[in-house]
Amino acid sequence: MGDSQYSFSLTTFSPSGKLVQIEHALTAVGSGQTSLGIKASNGVVIATEKKLPSILVDEASVQKIQTLTPNIGVVYSGMGPDSRVLVRKSRKQAEQYYRLYKEQIPVTQLVRETATVMQEFTQSGGVRPFGVSLLVAGYDDKGPQLYQVDPSGSYFSWKASAMGKNVSNAKAFLEKRYTEDTELDDAVHTAILTLKEGFEGQISGKNIEIGMIGSDRIFRVLSPSEVEDYLQEVE
Amino acid sequence: MSIFEYNGSALVAMVGKNCFAIASDRRLGVQLQTIATDFQKIYRIHNKLFIGLAGLATDAQTLYQRLVFRNKLYHLREERDMKPETFASLVSAVLYEKRFGPYFCQPVIAGLGDDDKPFICTMDSIGAKELAKDFVVAGTASESLYGACESMFKPDMEAEELFETISQALISAVDRDCLSGWGGHVYLVTPTEVTERILKGRMD
Repeated sequence: MGDSQYSFSLTTFSPSGKLVQIEHALTAVGSGQTSLGIKASNGVVIATEKKLPSILVDEASVQKIQTLTPNIGVVYSGMGPDSRVLVRKSRKQAEQYYRLYKEQIPVTQLVRETATVMQEFTQSGGVRPFGVSLLVAGYDDKGPQLYQVDPSGSYFSWKASAMGKNVSNAKAFLEKRYTEDTELDDAVHTAILTLKEGFEGQISGKNIEIGMIGSDRIFRVLSPSEVEDYLQEVE
Repeated sequence: MSIFEYNGSALVAMVGKNCFAIASDRRLGVQLQTIATDFQKIYRIHNKLFIGLAGLATDAQTLYQRLVFRNKLYHLREERDMKPETFASLVSAVLYEKRFGPYFCQPVIAGLGDDDKPFICTMDSIGAKELAKDFVVAGTASESLYGACESMFKPDMEAEELFETISQALISAVDRDCLSGWGGHVYLVTPTEVTERILKGRMD
């Protein structure tokens, strides 16, 4: 990683004990499009805005929510290309685990490995930290789980969380609305309402994306028409 | 003489009703000379997972140490015990890593999986898994063991009857093999307890 001229780390400590590059990475995340996740009693839902730079962009070709394994999905806030690299690495790690143990990787293990990769990029020569925060949603033997992974490599398990532009309003909204025994469908409605709070313009099935996983343990991204159905239920 | 016959060994595992038994002989030899009569070939990975290693003793010991290492790290990372099926996949992968310079061992894996369902398997020295529902055998006495188990085995035996059956099969098989014997070592595992017994057979 990095050729001989840059075998030193570009992420170095400031006198106040902060890693400024990571702070800047978090700023990049904070100016990215809002995304959020909610853990229900019987599943997890993640959602994001999908604002495209122009109406000429073919929105069907853009997919921000990705599947890492059949039972784990991920959404990001921040720099799209950086998230693609992480998705690629995580998928490979999940498959390597399966090849070794012939068992699907538990959510916590995959999150830990992804976080390790993100941390490595804060302490290696010639590289910069990733400009994304990830929300990982999965369902395994321990039940439904939602994790947030930051550019620094720290990860947290959340009952509900938001990232990106509207994060403080969104989190306040979620704090008010979250209940311990929410069902998955209610969680989807709450997610939509939270996105709507900070949404500029008219919300529709084409400019948001929703992914969910239930007790069937299959992660799916909803089609625009399915999103429209949920939107109508909310109205 | 084959490298697999250098030390001599006999291993067998059998499935019963919600329990399993794994047994080995106790001889460690150097070709025709007997060096030890209390050599351990079956190891406990955790209370519901045992592995027996037949073949070259030095490889068996090293392989066991590597597997314990991998299992301990797994336990620390995942905060749970490894299922027998998962462990078998791990052993298979570890053996195949050395495809062109293998460990001269044949493992026999026995454990209680989800809902305490008994699981047994064996594999060759490069990791080809062989799952069985009734019994698996390994070692220099394997051919005799196949015969003895085939005739003595019944499905769904209770713990005590399983112990008797596996002991008889082991003793009669090793008596036909000059490289294994000097008694037997039997582990009987149920969901609630692990019983370890030493058998006395022909001490030769």
